[in-house]
Amino acid sequence: MSKLKVFTNGIVKENPVLRLVLGTCPTLAVTTAAINGIGMGVAATVVLVCSNIAISLLRNIIPNRVRIPAFITIIAGFVTVVQMLVKAFLPAIDKALGIYLPLIVVNCIILARAEMFACKNPVIPSILDGLGMGIGFTATLVLMGAIRELLGAGTIFGITVTAGAIEPMLVFILPPGGFFVFGLLVALSNVLAEKMGKKPVTTLGCANCPSRSACKECKEVSENE
Amino acid sequence: MSNLLTIFLAGILTENMILSKFLGICPFLGVSKKVNTAFSMSLAVIVVMLISTLVTYPIYAYILVPAGREYLQTIVFILIIAALVQFIEMALKRYMPPLYNALGIYLPLITTNCAVLGITLLHFTKELNYLEAIFNALGAGVGFMVAMVLFAGVRQRIESADIPKVLQGLPITLISAAIVALSFLGFAGIVG
Repeated sequence: MSKLKVFTNGIVKENPVLRLVLGTCPTLAVTTAAINGIGMGVAATVVLVCSNIAISLLRNIIPNRVRIPAFITIIAGFVTVVQMLVKAFLPAIDKALGIYLPLIVVNCIILARAEMFACKNPVIPSILDGLGMGIGFTATLVLMGAIRELLGAGTIFGITVTAGAIEPMLVFILPPGGFFVFGLLVALSNVLAEKMGKKPVTTLGCANCPSRSACKECKEVSENE
Repeated sequence: MSNLLTIFLAGILTENMILSKFLGICPFLGVSKKVNTAFSMSLAVIVVMLISTLVTYPIYAYILVPAGREYLQTIVFILIIAALVQFIEMALKRYMPPLYNALGIYLPLITTNCAVLGITLLHFTKELNYLEAIFNALGAGVGFMVAMVLFAGVRQRIESADIPKVLQGLPITLISAAIVALSFLGFAGIVG
């Protein structure tokens, strides 16, 4: 795979939110305004690129059996750094993101890229992969944040757009609006994917999740009941 | 006393982990297809949330804060939770085999579950004391169970419904989750 392809892969073809369906929790939680999407997206991208670099460099040292705890510790370290930087320089964003900033630790996009890419590839492609995935994540969050903000508050990035024309529907910036807008975005991306001859996504991105084997077991048990 | 009850009820109704805080979305959308599975998985979550709170709260309040190392919160908590889940799994296997058979398979899933890390962090953003934190964890766990079991029922109905092709699978699941979350908005103002 060429370097450019590795980079663009995460933005459209394997968009982490709409195609791989990873990182659903922050996607639903912070997209009440477009600006939060940028804050969350950039924070996650920084953590993703840094952890990809560290894990790629350590890929021959970390024993296979303890790789998941090792990855989580590395990721948690970078999350702490980002958390302290945001707190010091962007207190407003820190307040808007709340606990979802430390929760980047358990964001499955980062762990999934460590598992699927960084622990098998050299540093430069891992950086590009992290950047591409991060940009794809950020772009989707901003798109969803803009839709919810426009419909729910009548503004985009805090600038009034629909003054007087459409009454803002508060429900779109409340939790149900998150589920609803995300459902429609997934449906839309499925339609576009099918037009391009790709398979639509029907479930969460379990194939990329580190706890997939446990989850699969649960599903089998529930189906045999 | 009424304060503790308020915290407990808020966790179930107005500040539901899944439906208003979006924590634990993976099991909510992934595992909740059968009511029985949803119930056992949630039981495991309640146990882990309670024990994690019992352990992480004093470590933060009485070790990290006096030492001026508050910034280590995230990294310490995730490691403690991961170790605790392993420990609970081993203890159940050794001393309570029937319970292990019922809940054991869900435990590894919970390590990377954002609901557990989320609730242990939330106690401090809400500035609760130790006892309040325990009730907060209990309420959040029961709220998780209510949402999981309710949604499993909804999904069983979706399976036999005639869904337009574009919405089949994940989109219709998310849209039904929106409607369930909408109904929970009706509880706004009841508590706290």
